[in-house]
Amino acid sequence: MAAQTRPKRPFRWHIGIFLAPAVLVYTAIMILPLAGTLQLSLFRNIEQSQVFVGLENFRTLFGNPNWSVGFWNALRNNVWFFIIHMLVQNPIGVLLAALLSSPRLRFSAFYRTAIFVPTILSFVIVGFAWKLILSPLWGVAPHMLDLVGLKSLFTPWLGKEEYALTALSLISVWQFVGIPMMLIYAALLSIPDEVLEAAECDGITGMSQFWKIKLPLILPSIGIISILTFVGNFNAFDLIYTAQGALAGPNYSTDILGTFLYRAFFGFQLQIGDPNMGAAIATMMFLIILGGVCVYLFLVQTRLRRYQF
Amino acid sequence: MSTATRSLPRTIGAHAILLTYTAIALFPVIIVIMNSFKSRAGIFGAPLTPPTPETFDLIGYTTVIGQGDFIHYFQNSLVVTVASLFFVLLFGAMAAFALSEYRFRGNTLMGLYLALGIMIPIRLGTVAILQLMVASGLVNTLTALVLVYTAQGLPLAVFILSEFMKQVSDDLKNAGRIDGLSEYTIFFRLVLPLVRPSMATVAVFTMIPIWNDLWFPLILAPSEETKTVTLGAQLFLGQFVTNWNAILAALSLAIMPVLILYVIFSRQLIRGITSGAVK
Repeated sequence: MAAQTRPKRPFRWHIGIFLAPAVLVYTAIMILPLAGTLQLSLFRNIEQSQVFVGLENFRTLFGNPNWSVGFWNALRNNVWFFIIHMLVQNPIGVLLAALLSSPRLRFSAFYRTAIFVPTILSFVIVGFAWKLILSPLWGVAPHMLDLVGLKSLFTPWLGKEEYALTALSLISVWQFVGIPMMLIYAALLSIPDEVLEAAECDGITGMSQFWKIKLPLILPSIGIISILTFVGNFNAFDLIYTAQGALAGPNYSTDILGTFLYRAFFGFQLQIGDPNMGAAIATMMFLIILGGVCVYLFLVQTRLRRYQF
Repeated sequence: MSTATRSLPRTIGAHAILLTYTAIALFPVIIVIMNSFKSRAGIFGAPLTPPTPETFDLIGYTTVIGQGDFIHYFQNSLVVTVASLFFVLLFGAMAAFALSEYRFRGNTLMGLYLALGIMIPIRLGTVAILQLMVASGLVNTLTALVLVYTAQGLPLAVFILSEFMKQVSDDLKNAGRIDGLSEYTIFFRLVLPLVRPSMATVAVFTMIPIWNDLWFPLILAPSEETKTVTLGAQLFLGQFVTNWNAILAALSLAIMPVLILYVIFSRQLIRGITSGAVK
């Protein structure tokens, strides 16, 4: 009796079979290459063979001005890119969602559908369409400014070093505002009516209801959106590549980590592609993203209060 | 909610803000489509007016259709997207079922392992992925793209689907077991049909980034045979920088299929996002 307290269950093969395809594909195409990239950053191609060089590639990346200037520039630009998204995209998203979620608003389905349109378009379309619109050759933008009497403000924003990055960030904001809008909208809809009615009984309505009741309740969603924005921004590439090319002109002023990685990996014009340096940059991006995700998981998410209804 | 909080000025204000933003969101799309139907003189002379009989011209479209191999690119995109979507949904649902239905050692750990990919973008592994594809001879094949996109879509699919599968009633599954159904039949015949709405959500989240991706087609499959629409449009636009008619027509051709699909499916799409995303 003591020998077999519990009947031994047969091995449940079906669990393995259910898990196997996903785990295999995911491991082979995602996890192993990620690990491989991290590993590759510690090697260098010397006379046609990969030689282990420890942190030498990173020393080159940070020590050699040919690399470090580009890297810090890309990182700085990327941080600015992210700041603009946080300051413009998310507040607009919250505002639109708050307006959309007000009950008995007419045409709300139309607004939702229309505002989400840019999000489904590809970067290629978005980048090029805006490039045309902002082009001084075509003159749509100066034409529009002329209508409101501000024509003197027009400059070819995408061609000026000091404005190009901000202009591109705003284009990206234009494209992605639909995502925070939808997620916040969903969060606002899930707030039960009783809570809002209770607030009304206490005389909290309108704006103060939003600030005091709804905003605290949707903070977890805002947290999720922030981290999604962070990961998306530090991994962005397509928009800059379509609008400004791999050189991220003018004069690298719109270079972000994604385009920097692309140039390092594949080479561009005079620069020869170097997979090991590419891997080193990818590793830095990995560490930055991982750092951001950890900050979110351990500092932000644990402090956010979640309410269960 | 009571009507006490509604007041006319506030409603007008809300509509004004929403209308303004709608205009900002749609304006570039409308301008591009509108001008693609104009002659060169019309495009530059009066960019903000709709095409009139004098400025109407289809020269852009004839150039694009004569030059670019867009139908072929379109097929490639379609094959890649549909195949990746199929594998993401099938494998994702299977894994999600295993994680949510059975208790086994390492369940939580496996869940965390699969969720890792939600936060860490697959793009960072590009260097090694390219080496892998070169080694296995898959460069410039659509298979390479399907594999990469399947891996890219799986983490989120497993995560969302396992949330939903936890809600499927245990009684139903146990009734199936008593009737002698195998675990596979229970999954395919009982559970899958019940989680169909959440499958739609996952499909939308998976599909848009795949269709629009430029990075992997550019790196893994840039050959003429395997170009996707996004990459094809990018290169085509680069070639025709000075031919504004052709560019605007190409942009419109790239926008319209997506836009039409979106208008048809927007209801499901938005319902999917608002029901599935926040949980």
